[in-house]
This record gives sequence, C-alpha cells and structure tokens, in this order.
Amino acid sequence: MAQRVHDVAIIGGGVVGCAIAHELGRSRARTVLLEQAADVGFGTSKANSGIIHGGHQAAPTTLKGHLEWLGNRMWGDLCIELGFGFARVGGLTVALRDDELPALDKLQHQAATKGVPGVERWGRAALRRAEPNLTKQAIAAVYSPTTAVINPYEACFGLAASAARSGVEVRTLSPVTALAHDGELWVITTPTGLVRARFVLNAAGTAAARISALAGAGTYRMSFRKGEEYLLDKRLRGLVGRVIYPCPSATSKGTLVIPTYDGTIMVGPTADEVADPDDLATTADGAARVIAAARRLVPGISERDVIAEFAGVRAVVDGDDFRIGATGAPGFFDVAGIQSPGLTAAPAIAVMVADLLRGAGLDLTPAAGDGRLAPLPPLPPFVHFAGSSTARRQELAAADPRYAHIVCRCEYVTEAEVCHAIERGAHTLDGVKFRTRAGMGRCQGGFCTSRCMALLAREMGVPLTAVTKRGGDSWLVLDRGQVVQR
Amino acid sequence: MISDRPHLLRSEYDVAIVGGGPAGLGAAVAAREAGAQRVLVVDRDTEAGGVLLQCIHSGFGLHRFGEELTGPEYAQRVLCEALDDGVDVVTEAFVLDVAADHALTIASPRHGVVTVQARATVLAMGARERTHSAIRIPGDRPAGVFTAGLAQRLVNIDGVLPGRRVAILGSGDIGLIMARRLTLEGVEVVGVFELLPHPNGLSRNIVQCLHDFDIPLHLSTTVVGIHGRDRIQRVTVAPVDETLQPLMQRAWEVPCDTLLVSVGLIPENELSQQLRLRIDPATMGPVVASTMETSRDGLFACGNVVHIHDLVDFVSAEAELAGRHAGRYATGQATPADNVRLLPGANVGYCVPHTVSTDRDHVVYLRVRTMFDPCLLRLRTPDGTVVHERKLRYVAPAEMVNLKLRPALLQGFHGDSLIVEVVPR
Repeated sequence: MAQRVHDVAIIGGGVVGCAIAHELGRSRARTVLLEQAADVGFGTSKANSGIIHGGHQAAPTTLKGHLEWLGNRMWGDLCIELGFGFARVGGLTVALRDDELPALDKLQHQAATKGVPGVERWGRAALRRAEPNLTKQAIAAVYSPTTAVINPYEACFGLAASAARSGVEVRTLSPVTALAHDGELWVITTPTGLVRARFVLNAAGTAAARISALAGAGTYRMSFRKGEEYLLDKRLRGLVGRVIYPCPSATSKGTLVIPTYDGTIMVGPTADEVADPDDLATTADGAARVIAAARRLVPGISERDVIAEFAGVRAVVDGDDFRIGATGAPGFFDVAGIQSPGLTAAPAIAVMVADLLRGAGLDLTPAAGDGRLAPLPPLPPFVHFAGSSTARRQELAAADPRYAHIVCRCEYVTEAEVCHAIERGAHTLDGVKFRTRAGMGRCQGGFCTSRCMALLAREMGVPLTAVTKRGGDSWLVLDRGQVVQR
Repeated sequence: MISDRPHLLRSEYDVAIVGGGPAGLGAAVAAREAGAQRVLVVDRDTEAGGVLLQCIHSGFGLHRFGEELTGPEYAQRVLCEALDDGVDVVTEAFVLDVAADHALTIASPRHGVVTVQARATVLAMGARERTHSAIRIPGDRPAGVFTAGLAQRLVNIDGVLPGRRVAILGSGDIGLIMARRLTLEGVEVVGVFELLPHPNGLSRNIVQCLHDFDIPLHLSTTVVGIHGRDRIQRVTVAPVDETLQPLMQRAWEVPCDTLLVSVGLIPENELSQQLRLRIDPATMGPVVASTMETSRDGLFACGNVVHIHDLVDFVSAEAELAGRHAGRYATGQATPADNVRLLPGANVGYCVPHTVSTDRDHVVYLRVRTMFDPCLLRLRTPDGTVVHERKLRYVAPAEMVNLKLRPALLQGFHGDSLIVEVVPR
C-alpha cells in the first residue's frame, strides 16, 4: 500500500465525512477518507430520515441551530451538482392541544431570529385544505416552505463519488485500529495500510469518542440513541404531501410522518437510549410506539401498511450539541455528536471544518478558478431506466444494450445501472441496492439477488462466494466444499 | 430441439404471450392449434421454462403425461412442442408494458426497446414469493435470509449453497422441497416452523421431504426474532395461540446461519394492475371468464398469474384453454359467452374461473379455507336450492379441489349465479 503523506485524513465516511471530503476536494489539499464499512454512508447516515429540516427547528443559540439553517440553503445547489434528487416539500409542525401552542410560538420565534423565510402559522381550515388526511384533532401548525427531503444514502454516494473524482482517496473497509502522532504527522493504522497525515478529522459517528481517546485527544461521554423507522406500502403514496412533525419534546423531534423522496411514506423515528452503538435491531415495542404516534397525526396509518423497517443509532455528546473543533491533540479535530439535524447541517459543517483547517495553517488553494472554493463540475447524473420515457429508453438501449436487460423486475433496474453502480464504488449487494433500487421493490430481492450477485462477481472478478451483503461477515453463499466436511 | 430461427421477433403477431413458463408455452401451442398464424412467447430469462428449470426434483407430469418428470424435463417437453409448432420464443426479453390495444413494449439486449403489435394477449407471468417483510419479523437485518425459491435458484442453477445450518419459516412446498434438497447437499436443516396448525404444502411433500429425512415440523410456531449483525446467527421462535399471537414466555432460540422463508406465492400482478384489470382480492389475480379472458377484451390469463396452482399439470390444462380462446379471438372466431357467475361460499376461499356457461364442460379450481375430513362439495343457488353435490374424502388449503362441471349437472338450473361451498358431512 502506497504511503504518500496526506494533508488531511477524515475518519468516517458518513454524510459528514463525505461532505467534508467533497469540500476539501475543491482544493489542492491531499485528502483521504477512511471508512470502516464496505461502503460510504452505511452507518448512521443510511438509516437517516432523509429530511432537510427547515432551518428553524433547532435553537439559534446552539451550534446545530446555526448550522441547520446554513446547511439547509446549501443542499439545493449541491443536489444539482451531484446529480441526485431533492424535493422541497415543506414541513408542518402540528399542535393537537392548547398547551402545545407555545412550542409553535417558539418555532416561529426561532425562524424570525435566524431569518428563515416563509415560516407561518396555519389554522384548522388551512390544514384541512392542505393535508386532508391529517387528524381532525390538529388545532394549528407552523408551516415551513424550506423543509425538503432527499435520499440520505444518495447524498453520501454523490458526495463521495464527486470527492473521489477530484482526487480524494476514498478508502472503504478501513477501520482505524491505531492512531499516533510522531511529532510531525499522524500515523493511522488500518487493515488496508498505514496512512500518514498532518490533520485528522474525527467524523467517526458513534465511534468518535473511542477514536478521540485512541488519539489521546481527550475523553468525553457519548451516548447512543436508536431510531427505528418504518416504511409503508406504496399505495399510501400521497397520504401526506409535507413532512409532518408533532410538537417537539425535550430530547427529540418526535415521531414524524415523512413523504420520502421516493414517494413512499415513512414513519419514525424512535429515540431510545441504547448501550451498544451497533444495536440496529427493530423491536415489536418500537413498531407499536411509532405506529401509535404516527396515527395520532395521521389516523389512516395502520401497522398492516408496514413493508420494511430499519434502525440507526445517533451519537450524542453531553450538552446535546454538535462537538466541532480543535482538541488537545495537535491537528486533531473533532466533528462529533452529529445528531439531528446532522444531515441538514452536513454541507455547512464541511465549510466550517475547512475554515478551521485554513485557520490551522492548511493551504486550501482552490484546484482552479477565482480563488474561492468553486463548485466542481457536475457529476454525470445516475441514469435510472425506470424513470425514463419510452423514447429515452430506446435511446439508452441503442447506445448500450445492457440498458435493455432488466435485472430487477420490480423497480425495472437494468444491467447497465448495476454495472455503473459498481463502477461508482458499490462492492456489495447493499451498495448496488442503495444506488439503483434493485431489491427495494415488492419482491424484496427474490428475483434480482442472484442476478446482482452474478454481476458483482463478474465485474469485480471474484467468485459468487466472495460477494457480501454489506461487507464484513455478511457473506451470502458458500460453495459445497465449505459446507461438507471432507 | 433447436428452433431454426431463434430470437426472431416480428413486429406483428396474432397472439403475444407474456411469460415462457409452462403456462405461456402451453398457451402458445393451443393458440396455434386454434388457428393463430403468428404466435410470440416473451421470456425474461436466458432460457424459457420458467421456475420449472430450477425444480430439478421429480413429481411433475403425472396427470398430463402419465409419467413422473423433473421440472426441466417437463419444461423441455412444452418448449419443444411450442418450437415444433412454429411459435417464436424470444428469451432475455422483458415486457415493460401491455397497452389495451395489445401493443407490447419489450426490452431485450438483442432487440433493444421495441413495440410489438398483437391481436390478442395472454398474461402468463407466474407468481412471486411472499417475503419475510410481508410478515414482518422484528430484529436485525443480517445476510442469510432468503426466500425458499431464491435459495432453490442459488443451489440448483448457480451451484452454491445458502449456508451450513438452516431454519425454514413456513411449510410451503418450495420450502419443503428445499429442506430435502439442502439435506442431500450436506446442509443441516434444523426445523420447519409453521404458523398455522396445519402444513401449508402438499401431504406428499411433508412425507417425502421432512418425515423421510427426520426434519422436525413445528406447527403453530413462528419466528419472532432474527439476530445477527452481519450474518444471521440465530432466530427466536415461539408457539402461537389460537389467534396466532406468539406466546413469548414459551419462546426459544434456534442457532442457524440461514433462514429460508416459504410463506406462499402471490400472482405476479404488476402488468394486470397497470392494465387496470379487475382483480379478485382472494386470488390476487385477474377475474377471468371460462375462456380465461380477463375484464379486458382479447386479454387472457393463465397459470399462477391467475391463482396459485398446486400442480403444474393443472397450469398446462388452464393454459390450453387460455391459448385456444386467445387464438380464436385473434383470428376472428366467435368466443363463447358465460351465463352463470360462480361465488365462493362456506369454507371456499376462491373459485376460478369466475363465470361459466351452462352449455359447455368446465373444470372449476377452488381452494378451501380450512381442513376437513369427509365433506360435501356443493353447488347451490343463492336462495338455497342445491343444484349439485359431491362427496369428498378430505380437503386442505394446500391442495386445489377440481370440480368438473358438465351441462348435465346444471339441467334445471336457470339462475345467473351459483354458490360453491364445502360443508362437513
């Protein structure tokens, strides 16, 4: 493994690490992104609700409140630059009782303080008109036109692909096992080789406190809040048009009803403290609580509508705010405790971190252009056969016959898309699934799993037995010799 | 048997058939026999034959061919018949859309994205498996959870094994067949767990695939938890009460590295829905007349896309009917009309076809809701007059009941609907 010296090593390829990589990719700085999993975005980010919060949700006195509104304004351009979907659907925080009205006042006050435009109070009549499926108990709501939805994993893939194209080394399957400063440089040990870098950015999500301790950069307490999310059947598409929030509690925004970017309805998340950051199990109890809470907002939802479920764990540091900045160790910066609204804030966090690095003496001369860190040329958008017109499909198939080979029968994903996903960094079945939607449909991979496995094996030049679901020990099949004792 | 013009795809056909399994191929032959000149079968796989190609066990064809064939042998026979009859069988081709005027949009690496015009269409897309998401098991989402049919493909087509120690949820036929298949491959099958108090597969499969190999079948028991971060490591199973609610205090853990899910099949109804065909909520397939015509003119359906069959032999019989009438429709011959609606009554989940005629012979397929020992299959009018009765020794939801309906049975009946019921005797 080559041991060239990097200016910056980012530990953690979640949406925050990927956003920083993308931001630094605009400069001449030599950057490496180290991700422990088989793909970027496979940790907390993948299980995110996919909401770009309106900008008024978090208190303006907090760092997360400041970065929420900055980040919100950056996503629209970013999504165009990176070629993935973004929809400003708007949000509604709904009060069901009189004693919840002060919470609405507070949101409007926060919007005014931060200068978030268009945030307004809606009464019963306006709610009824705009969201007829909302509970009749709703007495008022705060509407925010700035609230948007994206696919969080697409954001990670887009940011990382763009960063890689501009020269950032994106290294997956690289958990950090040791970390030391040799007086001049950080020496980082990973299974894929040593990395030497001037600056280290600790964006390791739920592992951030451990990485900080490993680096001798300080110890702090980190707690873990699990969130379970439940996806509802496609036929409920359109049940709500906006992201529906209950009035927030002390620790969480509560259980939301979310019209995802893909058009399906998702309900969640829970916010339960767990001891193990790797505890991603959904629970019967969590499902019951999520459905009950969602039904308080939209009574038409039922547990029978659930078609898929997943969970993620948020990393929380004491004080409940983001922990971003220099530490006791030289050149070692924490970008930790990035809980909600972390996805929203991610692009603003990246800019803030770039400023910190510049302040610490890193030369962030742009790769080209006018002296500012200019946007990179747009990534060619990922072509989805399913969403194309018949004429466009004919064009695609004429140029590349692989576009006429359907691999996933439910979502109409073609061989060409699977191959492009692999070219763009998918090495696992989940990597293909989250880039192309193959396996996300009604048959949940019954048809396409063996076909995608065969394409992964062919494109990567490995046997079927080497293909995994998401790296690590997530093997899929064995050959006979591995099963039968000889 | 090799076709002398493989992959030929014309722009116009009398009858176009979506799906090249036993249903589609059977319909093609019958359409030719009924006078259709140009008949097309479109299949999405590299070889036509459908799911039979991965069913390498024997037991197919006893009714139709009078001998016991393997799945690939059965498929080969019907494929040869179709090719000998001059049917165009186009493989590696996927029907994206069927328009109401019988224009099919097809995607194929060999032909691109093209439109083919037909006069009549037969839907024969078969079925897909219900997944574990459909029955919702809380817990982790590790690798190693497969539907039984996917595991069958991995083992029999791709030549790999799904794991070393396998638990099976559901006693559907594919799961039972895979229990035996994996045991023969040296994989340990730790048990089959069935939610219902009775098996969901054919009796012969319970005996030949489980009993003969000492594989335990746990009835009224289900999987309530999946554990393992990367790869599945164990499942939690629990008995259920009469209302099918798990009794968690009696739950136990079953170590395994693989969970196969065999909880039934659902008609592949995406195109049927796109076409806005009338769907029977009980079968989840299109409503059909005795000619196998759906609610749209000239659009026929047969096989598992209409309802889930227990034996392929009956799929072939139904395909013959659909193909014949599609051929007649395409060539301007009159297709007969029905005058009686069939309605499922006591203990009958569904019956197909949904309408019949009092002046022709029919075979009506039905499935019962619960098991009965000696019982009566009864046809009655809505006001209670019994039109026909037949004694049955035994019925079970896993096995289709065939009712042969002849004009002689319906002499003296002049109404417009009949109720089909199965009652204890």
